Amino acid sequence: MADSTIPVHVKAEVSVRVNPVLSSISRVIKFMGIKAVVLFFTVVVGVYLTILVANMGGYVDQIQRGQIQEQIATQVLNDPSFKLLAADVRAQRIADITRMAEHRAGLDQPFMVRSVRFLTNALSLNLGRALYMNSDGGSRQVRRIILERLPSTLVLFATENFLNFFLSIFFALALSRKYASFWDRVIITLSPTSSAPGWFYGLFLILIFAAQFGILPYGGMVAAPPPDTPINYFLSLCQHLVLPVFALLLSTIFGNVYAWRTFFLIYSSEDYVDMAKAKGLSSRDIERRYILRPTLPVIITNFALALITVWQGAIVLETIFNWPGLGRLTFQAIGLFDTPVIVGSTVIYAYLLAITVFLLEFIYTLVDPRVKIGSEGRRV
Amino acid sequence: MKYRILEIRRYPSAVAGLVIIALLLGISIYTIITIPYSEAIRIWRGGEEEVQDVPKNAQPVWVNFFRKTKLTETIILNTLEDADNANGQVTKVVTTGASGKSVIDITFAFEYLYDTFPQALTLHMTPIYQSGTPFVTATWVTPDNREIPLKDLKIQAPETYRISQDTRLRKNLENQPPEQGLFADPFLETPAPLKGRYELRLHVTVFEEGADLDAKFVMHGQVYGLAGTDHKRRDLTVALLWGTPIALSFGLLAALGTTLTTMVIAALGVWFGGWLDGLIQRVTEVNMILPFLPLLIMVGTLYSRSIWIMLGASILLSVFGAGIKGYRAIFLQVKESAYIEAARSYGASNTRIVFTYLIPRIIPVLIPALVNVIPTFVFLEATLAVLGLGDPVIPTWGKIIDDARSNGALFQGQYYWVLEPSSILMLTGLAFAMVGFALDRIFNPKLRGI
Repeated sequence: MADSTIPVHVKAEVSVRVNPVLSSISRVIKFMGIKAVVLFFTVVVGVYLTILVANMGGYVDQIQRGQIQEQIATQVLNDPSFKLLAADVRAQRIADITRMAEHRAGLDQPFMVRSVRFLTNALSLNLGRALYMNSDGGSRQVRRIILERLPSTLVLFATENFLNFFLSIFFALALSRKYASFWDRVIITLSPTSSAPGWFYGLFLILIFAAQFGILPYGGMVAAPPPDTPINYFLSLCQHLVLPVFALLLSTIFGNVYAWRTFFLIYSSEDYVDMAKAKGLSSRDIERRYILRPTLPVIITNFALALITVWQGAIVLETIFNWPGLGRLTFQAIGLFDTPVIVGSTVIYAYLLAITVFLLEFIYTLVDPRVKIGSEGRRV
Repeated sequence: MKYRILEIRRYPSAVAGLVIIALLLGISIYTIITIPYSEAIRIWRGGEEEVQDVPKNAQPVWVNFFRKTKLTETIILNTLEDADNANGQVTKVVTTGASGKSVIDITFAFEYLYDTFPQALTLHMTPIYQSGTPFVTATWVTPDNREIPLKDLKIQAPETYRISQDTRLRKNLENQPPEQGLFADPFLETPAPLKGRYELRLHVTVFEEGADLDAKFVMHGQVYGLAGTDHKRRDLTVALLWGTPIALSFGLLAALGTTLTTMVIAALGVWFGGWLDGLIQRVTEVNMILPFLPLLIMVGTLYSRSIWIMLGASILLSVFGAGIKGYRAIFLQVKESAYIEAARSYGASNTRIVFTYLIPRIIPVLIPALVNVIPTFVFLEATLAVLGLGDPVIPTWGKIIDDARSNGALFQGQYYWVLEPSSILMLTGLAFAMVGFALDRIFNPKLRGI
């Protein structure tokens, strides 16, 4: 395109392209590898802190002790040979068995030793058994219960984040073109509304669209008897997705558009943009190559931070919309005081956040020229 | 500095925000003075006596302004209190007869100009006597002068006659619930109330001198008070009023605690550098992936739901927030300035440099950040309450939303129950956000052109 008017430069670029591709790939892999290791250690520390908080009052121990005692009590009750023993001998036996079982479970070890074991268990998603809750398949395994709920959460958040990212970029670009126009002012005025969480708008949306007009469902993921054909299932899912996604969008999009539009405006006042204009490039090209491109790393960092907040707001949003995901699971676990499930979902959230950060870091390396070219300029 | 703050007048939205904040502060002060803390808790957790005269799930009184069909208001008439109150008249005439026997005629008269039926009708009676039990005959008189006998009662002790639950009366009224049958226009197909002056007459016979009977008539309407009531017959006004100081103090304290600590930590990290700076950076990174809300939930379920414990926990978890990186970048610039070097050369101590030279430079950035973060915490309190982790004692806005939601207010059309607390929340959040937004532009001239 425009570059072809200066053939000398093109030649120079082509001649060095063969090697740099390989080296930039290896640099990206190296960069991502370091990031992955750092993030893994971050997760370890995060999960360990979670365990410390959970066990500050010895609750995890108590739960285990309770389980062991219950198990032994039923075992003794069902064993006829115990009935013949004298009361004190029987009590002695029960105490012995309990102590052995506790030793086997490692409850007599010092906390530091045990916490390391908890940590390895949590990291390998060996989250123990729930006290009261079951998975739909009937399993008591916390891991099963959580993994069963995970897809619904992912569907909701993937949809929302996808829409959010592209709509925000689209509107932000459009507004930065028409700086200080009527719509620009509207968005600036609306941007403080992003301080309210998604569930809050969810309440209003349910009130308007479900309660008042009855055009969209109150909540849930699919209609009450699940539709039998995949197409109907998908349509029902989409219908149920509208309100929660809309609620999340409302709570984030104005703030995002405002922030990103500001980034675009800052970058479009750079000298090289004026230079490009002077060269007579089309405004589309200028926007794509000279404004959008250099702004992307900043936007992605900004988006990552917003995403983390949204993940956490999930818990209440899913509760409000009866969305059968991880958030509602946490909510139900609070109601039932099912500590293993609460601790388990906290661990899963830590993982999810880390994975989100990692993915965004990956995209970041793809769009940030500094990583690919391998300059010394490191991000703060 | 002062000049800059005055610049806020140029932003109409910020002025509106300030007005709202001032109003909220006014409400808080008014509430704390008129309804002391212990009193508020007593009312909110109050038992039967506190709420028996209050209708259940009643809408606020002002909805009648917007309605064509007027909803029934709550009417309470008491022989002990007022002969003539705004809702109706109470007359009590004693006719003394022979041998200590006397007759007391009590009439409760009120105008009924509403288009709906009341929720319930109740009559409370308290007798005073030695041995002869007072005898009461209750009669209902409609505007078209029909007299409907209600019941004959012997009142031995303070007694409550629940007119709405009288099954015999129900049968006499062609199987309509009494609160409907007593008010219905007999000539209409679909039941609608007959408007006009109703009377409840109590003909009381007492059998000894000094014997007496006092009565209180309560008609539970469909509307009550300025804010309506909830499923436990509690007046929402109390919770809405008390929610204000709680929300403001939670937001302000959390915002102050977080921003100030973050700032000091960032300053210390930059000034001392080395391993301390590195440690702070790493902790910030760990904190970024720490699931904030699930951890708060754990604290709430395992330790305490007290709002102040939650406040402390949320401050602790947000101290190493994303703000640290921003402050650090600014401090790094400031650290290189000439006046810091001058301070160092004349031998100023580290604490002196950090607290008197470094930190003040960041206040222009700090103030907008502080104001901007307040709504987040105000909403956080509501979020926790909606999760069922609200303070067990104190009434807050979030707890009203939680009650409304878990009792199906949205399904049953009790919108006021959700809309009142959430609009106040929204208003509070927006007010701070708008002020913060304007402050941001005032203190960061880079943003002003944009």
